[in-house]
Amino acid sequence: MKHVPDATADRTFTEAGTTDRASVDSLLSELDEYAVEQALRLAESDADAEISYLTVGPGDARDALRKALAMGGDAAIHVSDEDIEGSDAFGTSLVLAKAIERHGFDLVLCGMASTDGTMGVLPALLAERLGVPAVTHLEDLAIEDGTVTGRRESDGATVRIQGALPAVVSVTDRSGDARYPSFKGIMAAKKKPVETLGLPDLGIEAAEVGPAGARSAVDTATRRPPRTKGEIVADEGTGGIALAAFLTTKKFI
Amino acid sequence: MAEILVLVDHVDGAVRKPTLELLTLARRLGEPSAVFLGPGADRASEVLGRYGAQKIHVVDAPEVDGYLVTPAVDALTQIAERTGPAAILLPSGPDGKEIAARVALRLGSGLITDAVDVTAGPDGPVTEQSAFAATYQVTAHVTQGVPVITVKPNATAPEVAPAEPVTEKPDVTFGPASQAVRILSRTPRERGDRPELTEADLVVSGGRGVNGAENFALIERVADALGAAVGASRAAVDAGWYPHSHQVGQTGTQVSPQLYLAAGISGAIQHRAGMQTSKTIVAVNKDADAPIFELADHGVVGDLFAVLPQLVDEIERRRS
Repeated sequence: MKHVPDATADRTFTEAGTTDRASVDSLLSELDEYAVEQALRLAESDADAEISYLTVGPGDARDALRKALAMGGDAAIHVSDEDIEGSDAFGTSLVLAKAIERHGFDLVLCGMASTDGTMGVLPALLAERLGVPAVTHLEDLAIEDGTVTGRRESDGATVRIQGALPAVVSVTDRSGDARYPSFKGIMAAKKKPVETLGLPDLGIEAAEVGPAGARSAVDTATRRPPRTKGEIVADEGTGGIALAAFLTTKKFI
Repeated sequence: MAEILVLVDHVDGAVRKPTLELLTLARRLGEPSAVFLGPGADRASEVLGRYGAQKIHVVDAPEVDGYLVTPAVDALTQIAERTGPAAILLPSGPDGKEIAARVALRLGSGLITDAVDVTAGPDGPVTEQSAFAATYQVTAHVTQGVPVITVKPNATAPEVAPAEPVTEKPDVTFGPASQAVRILSRTPRERGDRPELTEADLVVSGGRGVNGAENFALIERVADALGAAVGASRAAVDAGWYPHSHQVGQTGTQVSPQLYLAAGISGAIQHRAGMQTSKTIVAVNKDADAPIFELADHGVVGDLFAVLPQLVDEIERRRS
């Protein structure tokens, strides 16, 4: 799970070139809700399934876990350590991989990307670190006989792919709409256990994460000047002709 | 000059345009070397040379076609270890980004994804990216190892720079992980007569206001009159009016064409994230308060079913 600044709010960078989390409300990344939904659907068809949510982030990232727990599932892990702040995808994936290994797993479900960083590489990095298959960008998925199979909309083609469990799976926003938490779910979530871990619990040195462990650096972050609003005309019978005239001045016709 | 490895995006040897853009960018940083995985290298070598590839590393092994991502990671990592490149460039797409991430992890390198520009700097390549639904412009560089950079389509115009590429066929050892995810079937996306969305200079998109799959014929008519690709908003795709492969937006295709014409699209944040960097934006929408008009260089508040046919007629009149 990732707790991200609200995508509909005005998001900004700090002077250090990281996301400014103080200035806007954060919430559970919308794309992670699809992973929660798929986890819940799998658990509904397997009585032995246990769902644990995992997030890395400052204190209020627990809100993302509570949201997921309100949708369903059993428990959550919150990795929080001030040395983690400013980590790149490599530092974050290290923390997540260590926490996943510590907990044990059959299946790691992820969203296709976060709605703030939008890199979409964490599932692949997790699989690489955990040494398990990465069955990623799935629009549907089925688990059978210890394998996971699904449809992936890839670069220029649709492919059906299959990997053996344990595996890391990521799902897209086309995998199925996420359910809303019920009142009962929201109340039940308050009683579900949330474990808090720091870097020492995971055997990670501070220098491996945060800005010290980051492998790239932001040099500048400049707000793009707002687009100058162009000419907006009401169609009074010649809107198409006006549009053609505009396109001609821009040499598109 | 150091080699710049460029991972070739191709279908059976037919090289896609973003690769030519990568070769063009690579020339700013060093000597472009194409890394060609799978069958069809003979067919591709002419075009790769025309756009400046000095060398082509060819790995045509059964693993590359039968398994997802990881065989390419093995190949690219081992070629990088042997050649010591100054940078590795890949196309930004699901496959390209996953290959890039895993190669970077194995090489102990930094990674930058979705660059819209790459230039040579004192400490290696400097990249430019858009952030927060394209409201920010960020420049960055890699601080550790060989910079691994994925670049979005349309970042630059491909420029011809003829070279006589040398072909090399390096031996690659595929590890156990290379066969972790089997490709059971592959259905190439149908390519019609229209330009591909990611590569198009002009895009005409329809949204909720198009109000039905059958009405997308009108969007296609406008696209054909302009020689544009067809896009669709998530609402139109979710309603089943147009295929998902044409979805423009944060979770669909992110486009940056010379012209983006949005018809019947209100301009939700997710859609704006996918088209806001278009050079010229025009919009047709009934709702004068639609947020898309804040971005538009020219907007028509009106019924698209009246405005678009008139536009097509006028284009034809002006061209005749």
